[in-house]
Amino acid sequence: MAEANPQKVFAPWEDPNQAPLIRFEGVTKKFGTFTAVDDLNLDIYRGEFFALLGPSGCGKTTLMRMLAGFEDPTMGKIWLDDVDVAPIPPNRRPVNMMFQSYALFPHLTVWDNIAFGLKRSDMPKDKIGDRVQEMLRLTRLEQFAKRKPHQISGGQRQRVALARSLAKAPKLLLLDEPLGALDKKLRQETQFELMDIQEKTGTTFVIVTHDQEEAMTVATRVAVMDHGKLVQVATPAGIYETPNSVYVADFIGEVNIIEGAAAPTGDGKVDIAFAEGAEPIHATIGEPVTAGQKVFFAIRPEKIHVGREPDPTRANRIRGKVHDIAYLGNISTYRVELETGQMISAQMTNARRLSRRDFTWEDEVWLSWTDTAGVVLTR
Amino acid sequence: MNRSMSWFNVTSLTLGFAFLYLPMMILIFYSFNASKLVTVWAGFSTKWYGELLHNKQFLDAAWVTLRVGVMSSTAATILGTMAAYVMVRGGRFFGRTLFSGMIYAPLVMPEVITGLSLLLLFIAIGLDRGIFTIVLAHTTFSMCYVSVVVSSRLMTFDRSLEEAALDLGCSPFDAFKSVTLPIITPAVISGWLLAFTLSLDDLVIASFASGPSSTTLPIKIFSAVRLGVSPEINALSTIMIGIVATGVITTSLISKNAIRRQRQEELEGTKL
Ligand SMILES: Nc1ncnc2c1ncn2[C@@H]1O[C@H](COP(=O)(O)OP(=O)(O)O)[C@@H](O)[C@H]1O
Ligand SMILES: [Mg+2]
Repeated sequence: MAEANPQKVFAPWEDPNQAPLIRFEGVTKKFGTFTAVDDLNLDIYRGEFFALLGPSGCGKTTLMRMLAGFEDPTMGKIWLDDVDVAPIPPNRRPVNMMFQSYALFPHLTVWDNIAFGLKRSDMPKDKIGDRVQEMLRLTRLEQFAKRKPHQISGGQRQRVALARSLAKAPKLLLLDEPLGALDKKLRQETQFELMDIQEKTGTTFVIVTHDQEEAMTVATRVAVMDHGKLVQVATPAGIYETPNSVYVADFIGEVNIIEGAAAPTGDGKVDIAFAEGAEPIHATIGEPVTAGQKVFFAIRPEKIHVGREPDPTRANRIRGKVHDIAYLGNISTYRVELETGQMISAQMTNARRLSRRDFTWEDEVWLSWTDTAGVVLTR
Repeated sequence: MNRSMSWFNVTSLTLGFAFLYLPMMILIFYSFNASKLVTVWAGFSTKWYGELLHNKQFLDAAWVTLRVGVMSSTAATILGTMAAYVMVRGGRFFGRTLFSGMIYAPLVMPEVITGLSLLLLFIAIGLDRGIFTIVLAHTTFSMCYVSVVVSSRLMTFDRSLEEAALDLGCSPFDAFKSVTLPIITPAVISGWLLAFTLSLDDLVIASFASGPSSTTLPIKIFSAVRLGVSPEINALSTIMIGIVATGVITTSLISKNAIRRQRQEELEGTKL
């Protein structure tokens, strides 16, 4: 999975001179005794397309609602452009939100829905028409301007909601699972549309999603949340290639996790003893580990080579038996049972035709991978 | 009909409806009687309706009733809608349960008690009884009906619509005015009609709250009947039945069709 804009280097989070647009400072939100957001610190920069990713109920919507002003933090501060937003009511924040349910006004036409916020801003009356027209054009809704929300399709409604929240040119646009209700094809199209619009308008987007693929596709950075805490904040590639915990590795894409005891061998390498009598896994360490420490070795299926013979160019070679094959057209996933009992998934692209495929069930195969193919995690 | 209903069901349905509507049918029937004697049929005539137009007492009472109805139901609608909004949207403020309980209590309170306590209040604060006191009394008892109708609509109302309005720059009052109110209008109208019909046919509370100068139609009819039933009263009652029936039917049509359609649009508007 590649970055959204590989040709353009956009990384304000790496520049210490950049001031963040949004800063969460020790923000905690409690509902009664339940902690929905837990002592959260986060900087989001101008022009970012920032994705909040996490399972349902982990506090994503609550975080958004605090930015929009519908919930007050129990503790901590939120800064927007170096202004503490706590005393500012939702109708005075330079923030607009696209609601999970779209929340289009059913009694108003598409045109009036989009003009709704403009009529309540200090924009002169004669400019409003132009701005609405511009928004209609941007979201390709010109011919639906006179319709009511119930007279258009789901995808169009989603675009009306987007146009309405963009119309006031907010500093920050919050999108709460904007594409949740769309089918897969429409969702993918809309993702690209969103990226396009974000680039054209230069608005900072914060998008909530529980779909990891969506987050990886659209975002400049992804924050993975769990139980009200941020587990990792990194670029999509960073999250995928160097997850900082088993939770993140497991949440994003497919992964094999092997538990074992670490034995550092110097030179930044480590041997992981994962089973009695088996050759230890040779891996490269990211963070320091001590001898005997319990570690988790995480490796993506596509990083493992499956062959009849061990591959002498790769540091790790383990024998196993094909337990299961999932043929997915362009790739096949093999579930291989090691002699020590572990089940490992490995993926190979299908360069050859199906009829000449190499392995079948119960075949003995060798799994090989280099000592940099996986990551060693301590939690 | 016959295939799906046993003779027992048909009989009980017929009996039930006869029990409910036969008295009214007889009343309407005799209002078109040409004879002065109420129970002797002497041919069809609409002359009693014509007579009504010349009966100053009845016309005055009708005018009082109409004014009371419009004023009290309007006031009850405003107050009832506000109460409903606070109850449904107000969150968990202190005494919320007590407040909602107290709003609905008049629904089951015996009218005599309501009337009597209002009378005592008016005397205590030295308010002369007249149209104004009837309006107050009717507002008091019909407001809870409006509040029930409006709050049931508000409960199915997507809260995020109001939040979206705030998000787009509305003040809370502006959000209520330009988003909430237009959407709940059918419920508010049916609440008004309900309050109006209730006010129109109320006898008990009105007789406690009325003064000599302000007799409503139900009071007038009731006292006239004590001197004997006249065909004129039949005609008057028929007109009232007509008005009330129109009110009730309109209300149920509004709530059945408009609200359902609106819900539908709202659902379609938010989901796929
Ligand atoms: N108004 C509220 N009152 C009580 N609990 C709430 C409220 N809003 C959210 N929660 C709880 O906070 C948690 C996080 O909710 P939310 O932010 O909506 O999660 P997400 O959007 O990530 O699915 C959930 O467990 C939810 O039940
Ligand atoms: Mg949510």
